[in-house]
Amino acid sequence: MSDQDQTELLKSRLAEARSQAEPVCIVGQQSKSFYGNAQVGTPLSLAEHTGIINYEPTELVLTARAGTSLADIEKTLAAEGQSLAFDPPQFGGRGTLGGAIASGLAGPGRPWLGGVRDMILGVKILNGQAELMRFGGEVMKNVAGYDVSRLMVGALGTLGVITEASVKVLPSAVSEATLVQTPDSDVDLHALSEQLLRAGRPVTGLIHWDNRIYLRLAGTESAVEAACQALGGEQMSATESRAFWTSIRDQSHPFYADTQAPLWRVSLPPKAPLTGFTGECLVDWAGQQLWLKSDMSATALRALAQEHGGSATLFRGHLDDCDAFQPLDAVQTRLHQRIKQSFDPEHILNPTRLYREMEAA
Amino acid sequence: MPAHALFREEDIRFDVDVDPVIAALEKILPDEGLVVHEAGRRAYECDGLAAYKQLPLLVAIPETVEQIQGVLKCCHEAGVPVVTRGSGTSLSGGSLPHPQGLLLALGKFNKIIEIDAERRIARVQPGVRNLAITEAAAPHGLYYAPDPSSQIACSIGGNVGENAGGVHCLKYGLTVNNVLAVKVLTMEGELTTIGSEALDSPGLDLLALMHGSEGMLGVVVEVTLKLLPNPLTKQVLMASFNDVEQGGHAVAAIIARGIIPAGLEMMDGAAIQAAEDFVKAGYDTAAAAILICELDGSDAEVADQQKAVEACLRDHGASRIQVAQDDNERARFWAGRKAAFPAVGRISPDYYCMDGTIPRKQLAYVLKRISEISATHNLETVNVFHAGDGNLHPLILFDGNQPGQLEAAEAVGSAILQLCVEVGGTVTGEHGVGLEKINEMCVQFATAEINQFHAIKAAFDERGLLNPGKAIPTLNRCAEFGRLHVHNGELPHPELERL
Repeated sequence: MSDQDQTELLKSRLAEARSQAEPVCIVGQQSKSFYGNAQVGTPLSLAEHTGIINYEPTELVLTARAGTSLADIEKTLAAEGQSLAFDPPQFGGRGTLGGAIASGLAGPGRPWLGGVRDMILGVKILNGQAELMRFGGEVMKNVAGYDVSRLMVGALGTLGVITEASVKVLPSAVSEATLVQTPDSDVDLHALSEQLLRAGRPVTGLIHWDNRIYLRLAGTESAVEAACQALGGEQMSATESRAFWTSIRDQSHPFYADTQAPLWRVSLPPKAPLTGFTGECLVDWAGQQLWLKSDMSATALRALAQEHGGSATLFRGHLDDCDAFQPLDAVQTRLHQRIKQSFDPEHILNPTRLYREMEAA
Repeated sequence: MPAHALFREEDIRFDVDVDPVIAALEKILPDEGLVVHEAGRRAYECDGLAAYKQLPLLVAIPETVEQIQGVLKCCHEAGVPVVTRGSGTSLSGGSLPHPQGLLLALGKFNKIIEIDAERRIARVQPGVRNLAITEAAAPHGLYYAPDPSSQIACSIGGNVGENAGGVHCLKYGLTVNNVLAVKVLTMEGELTTIGSEALDSPGLDLLALMHGSEGMLGVVVEVTLKLLPNPLTKQVLMASFNDVEQGGHAVAAIIARGIIPAGLEMMDGAAIQAAEDFVKAGYDTAAAAILICELDGSDAEVADQQKAVEACLRDHGASRIQVAQDDNERARFWAGRKAAFPAVGRISPDYYCMDGTIPRKQLAYVLKRISEISATHNLETVNVFHAGDGNLHPLILFDGNQPGQLEAAEAVGSAILQLCVEVGGTVTGEHGVGLEKINEMCVQFATAEINQFHAIKAAFDERGLLNPGKAIPTLNRCAEFGRLHVHNGELPHPELERL
């Protein structure tokens, strides 16, 4: 498939949808169609709006059309020894740059390497009035105007159709290793992570699953080697290590295989207690992200998450009368409604995908 | 004062009956918390951009969040503009008062509420100074990473408002990358917490939107931020180059090697000379440019990186490379860079500091054009440069007592900012738009984008009472400014009537 710029086509389709007051459902490779509230509207596909527009390794910037696949981007970056630091999931080996930004999901390295919002530099979007607009740019520091680029991260296409984005890229770690340890007793992942960080160990992943701790180290060769020697544990081969972390990121790991119970993602402050979350769980992000297959009621789960200063997302699966995302307070609900109105006054862009309440004028 | 009027007619459209407002505010604020008399208000007439002065209608100095809330509700009802101010160090006029408005001075909100060393989180009031956070965290082996050069004075609330950067943001990010949550009051006086101590929060990323919003969307009354462990080792290298372009190539080469230094700063010959005359840091005054590179991390990492950086510098024609041998020497290498602004203040009666960001590869071209632009106005420019992230700070030297020089400096500044946009950069990397760069926003953004910005503003502040006239230009302003800037034969903002 050759790269092509479909901006004008997308613009005219959106203008048409607007004139008909017909909602559109923005799609790429459909790798995250399960995510968020149910999709509404006629598909507006960016799958063929592809191509890397600019990549300059020494500027640490890559600009691509939204439909460009993450796999293609990774290949291009890898040839220069660089990568997308936020390590976006590629569910089923699929996923596009636009989808990575719109969903705002980040891989297991998030606490140490940053998320999508930390790496986005600029976007081109079509708002709900089919106006093409550019915010941010390709430079590292830019405080001109409100930060619309970051506002697109996690907005699930409710504010604009991302047509192009510039992201900061970083040199890939020269060396990577994974240590597997079997702890004797209860594990305090936060304390372990802090201890490693303060000792200058290059931690980029820390997971607890099935009574094992998986610790990823990535950095200079000498730093990784020194850490492996000092810390001990069973060391995975380089191939095993890469496959393991990819399976966590892309949810192809056996933990995610059973889809009977709904899959929750609980995001928590550092050192939050994990007691009370019942069900099978995989603890990611040194304890700050809990993947939970649970039959707990949404109300109870969300109340518990909130009590600990976090939130719970219904990540996969369906529950009656349960929206995907933790409800907002009254002030922020109103701000969400008004912001939606400011970008998409006709409410045609992915309506209700993020919050139903956003569609109230 | 600048030659042009600070505020446009549409920015001062407010019709305020001040006496009932004073009466209402006196009930809310503590004794001496409301400044009405002119001498008292005069103290607030400008911020770090001293060329711009404006007397506020009133100054409020609240001491509790409830008092701020009361002030906002009162101003919202009465239709009084509100400009929030922390330490008043903005370099772009961000906290310049509004002639019909209340200046909300948050200087009394200077308490560090909590340092949670175990979780590496600090909770602070908005008036806390940036450096005070690092000082409070230091006994725990922690620090707060963003370090704007005004860190000794600037407040964290202002850092959020401007999305402040600093020398170390190349590796550790800007304010937006280091703040976890903010408590915000809306213009209506409603309190909400945006963000959380978790790594993400449900809903739109309003936390990002608050950063760099220049006090236009809400009033930040508490900030929760993350602290970092002190690096185990630091190393500082200083390299001299016989021309600036070589230095620029060395910067690109270091990054191409896969190294992200903690800081990577460049100074041109004029800046080196000024700094050396001031602080005697032993800088190489024969060099056309020097590059200061700080590396941090574990001993092994730093040792590896130092070797690689030295090789890059040599390969790109560094005429001299110095490696700091101890803490004193590291401090000395930094001293000249950190004192660059005051050093320039000694060699020129006035200077005007610009803040564009450019793709690094354009450095040599941009520096050449800056010197040409300055020459046409008979002014000199000195350049310091956050080389790692492409953020330029040209300092335009002038004498405000000489007729026409301030105007010339403003013209040079404006031309430099437009040059930054032309090469693919931005008019402001870290100082904010404020009032200073508001005209140049018209060059960077098209009508639809400016309209979108105004719509976002209205989503938070329907009546347009928070910091009116700043950051986002009105289309009328752009139409007027745009008369001078016809791009590729296209008239900007063609939808507007031209008078």
